Amino acid sequence: MNIFVLMKRTFDTEEKIVINNGAVSEDGAEFIINPYDEYAIEEAIQVRDKHGGEITVVTVGNEEAEKELRTALAMGCDKAVLINIEDDVEESDQYTTAKILAEYLKDKNPDLILAGNVAIDGGSGQVGPRVAELLGIPYVTTITKLDIDGSKVTVVRDVEGDEEIIETSLPLLVTAQQGLNEPRYPSLPGIMKAKKKPLEELELDDLDLEEDDVEAKTKTIEIFLPPKKEAGKILQGELVDQVKELVSLLHTEAKVV
Amino acid sequence: MNFELTKEQQMIKEMVRDFAENEIKPYAAEWDRTAEFPIETFKKMGELGLFGIPFPEEYGGSGGDTISYAIAVEEIGRACGGVGLSYAAAVSLGASPIYYFGTEEQKQKWLVPMAKGETFGAFGLTEPNAGSDAGGTRTRAVLYGDEYVINGEKCWITNAGYARQVIVTAVTGKDEKGKNIISAIIVPTDTPGFTINCNYDKMGVRASNTCELVLEDVRVPKENLLGDPKKGFKQFLYTLDGGRISIAALSVGIAQAAFEKALKYAKERTQFGQSISKFQAIQFKLADMAMQIELARNMVYKAAWLKDNNKPFTKEASFAKLFASEMGFRVCNQAIQIHGGYGYMKEYEVERHLRDIKLMEIGEGTSEVQRIVIARQLGC
Ligand SMILES: Cc1cc2nc3c(=O)[nH]c(=O)nc-3n(C[C@H](O)[C@H](O)[C@H](O)COP(=O)(O)OP(=O)(O)OC[C@H]3O[C@@H](n4cnc5c(N)ncnc54)[C@H](O)[C@@H]3O)c2cc1C
Ligand SMILES: Cc1cc2nc3c(=O)[nH]c(=O)nc-3n(C[C@H](O)[C@H](O)[C@H](O)COP(=O)(O)OP(=O)(O)OC[C@H]3O[C@@H](n4cnc5c(N)ncnc54)[C@H](O)[C@@H]3O)c2cc1C
Repeated sequence: MNIFVLMKRTFDTEEKIVINNGAVSEDGAEFIINPYDEYAIEEAIQVRDKHGGEITVVTVGNEEAEKELRTALAMGCDKAVLINIEDDVEESDQYTTAKILAEYLKDKNPDLILAGNVAIDGGSGQVGPRVAELLGIPYVTTITKLDIDGSKVTVVRDVEGDEEIIETSLPLLVTAQQGLNEPRYPSLPGIMKAKKKPLEELELDDLDLEEDDVEAKTKTIEIFLPPKKEAGKILQGELVDQVKELVSLLHTEAKVV
Repeated sequence: MNFELTKEQQMIKEMVRDFAENEIKPYAAEWDRTAEFPIETFKKMGELGLFGIPFPEEYGGSGGDTISYAIAVEEIGRACGGVGLSYAAAVSLGASPIYYFGTEEQKQKWLVPMAKGETFGAFGLTEPNAGSDAGGTRTRAVLYGDEYVINGEKCWITNAGYARQVIVTAVTGKDEKGKNIISAIIVPTDTPGFTINCNYDKMGVRASNTCELVLEDVRVPKENLLGDPKKGFKQFLYTLDGGRISIAALSVGIAQAAFEKALKYAKERTQFGQSISKFQAIQFKLADMAMQIELARNMVYKAAWLKDNNKPFTKEASFAKLFASEMGFRVCNQAIQIHGGYGYMKEYEVERHLRDIKLMEIGEGTSEVQRIVIARQLGC
């Protein structure tokens, strides 16, 4: 089976985010494999170990992403591809990333593509579905279970806490939700072997793409931190009075109604 | 000069940190309370290949370097000093001497399963009457035909209760000047006459297994002699040099954990209407702690680098061990101080670090012995 994993190197959002000159400051920040992509990698490894085949982990980013790609190789992926857009693309969005990935994947005959449900930095959840659309293959998002039997695929999908069972077929793109599996730690032998596994670096040129082809469709107007959480307010007194007060507060203070 | 870790070293650091955060740290307080040796956790560490970091693949290891190993010790120590000690002792004292001095056959038989994390090994040097003065070893091994017959006692031997074999130092004769010849012998723990008791009630590193050994007419084949029969003393000095790098790394890890807690607490605690981290007295403590930890870590990396590059590292390993353990003690002490009364309570898990780190000033050569080693290296 020809398996691809779409992986993003992200900010560790458990760290304190600092905004400097209208951009999120990357100074001293920790970077990690997007946690949802770790589920995708683990699932890819399990599918490969069961059905055979090869896993290629692909990222669109810059040179720094090599470490995360090597980590994916250390976990058990077979090959890695870094599509380095650092010199070519100034502003990028989900359209940019999806377009580049689709262009890369279109002649690779993927059977299965796995991605994370969302990236924890931007949180759009768009790249996976967009890639599938561009490739013209079916996709299922937020999956918590994947069974492959020949070309028949049964997927359990998380729908806001409920489960939806979907039958579909290969080739297929799925995006991984928490609960799909327990991602493994890369082992020491895995880390040492990762050094020797192939890591290919491509640029837009290699995909016959121009900067204009992948120009972002969105524009960032402003980046700001959410307002500091204020202490909550506990209403007291008779229930009827509390309700009245609440409604009036929603009008006058919170101004949401 | 390049101060950057390699990609592999960074990956090892991240992997071990993730593992330690999830699988060790949440249980450290409980293991400290019950003095339980978390054997299941060690098995998982074995499966990840942690016990084989500094050994080549042909011996079941992963062919990493001493720096990677030191990084792993630091990260595990940051989660639990006791697990860190048993990990460091298993690799540096249990396995390394066989890698350095063993025959091919001994390596295949004893080292390979240890590097794979399948078995534990221990190193029995200290005796009730021979601690710093290891030359005063009283345990004797007498060759009868093809067998050594060993009699003696050892104390405070890390991991012996879970070990498949212990490397025991023993007097095997006298040289021409009449001085004792000390040799190292591999003794399987299931040999008749070999009794291992693990009943010490320790101040700290309580998740680590520490045992008393009694050897009464213990017979082992003479092939179990490790390395040069006349150079047992030199061999364990070399072994301890390597071990000191790991004790230094462990000290850095424990100190780092205490520092992180103190920094976090200082930012959260309000007294006199402001965060105590705004008081210069507290800021200076935190500044000193961060600085000393980083200096110690640099010394650990340098000593490890020297070892990896086959350069002399005795003095630097002692520098690292001495400085890291003493600065670690100060850091853990100040971390409690910054926590005030809360720091004195077990619930806050900072007092444990002080109890754990105290051992680092004693084990694998006391601070005084480190100063003797350094002075000797200076030509005194
Ligand atoms: C938890 C734990 C685990 C251990 N694990 C192991 C192990 O796995 N294997 C092993 O072989 N040993 C192990 N040890 C033993 C450890 O290495 C010894 O405790 C240490 O070497 C000190 O020896 P001692 O305790 O006999 O102290 P002593 O040597 O009696 O020292 C007492 C004091 O006198 C000082 N002193 C001694 N000689 C001099 C001198 N010449 N000049 C100045 N001061 C001096 C010392 O620095 C110390 O302050 C362990 C100990 C502990 C507590
Ligand atoms: C075993 C035990 C018994 C006790 N018994 C009693 C008792 O019988 N009765 C009683 O009333 N209390 C008792 N205490 C409480 C004890 O007096 C307090 O713990 C102590 O006064 C410190 O207060 P704190 O713990 O709130 O620390 P904090 O005041 O929060 O101090 C935390 C850290 O900040 C530093 N700090 C605070 N303010 C400043 C500043 N302005 N400038 C610089 N540094 C500052 C402190 O020195 C400390 O290092 C007891 C505590 C313990 C642990």
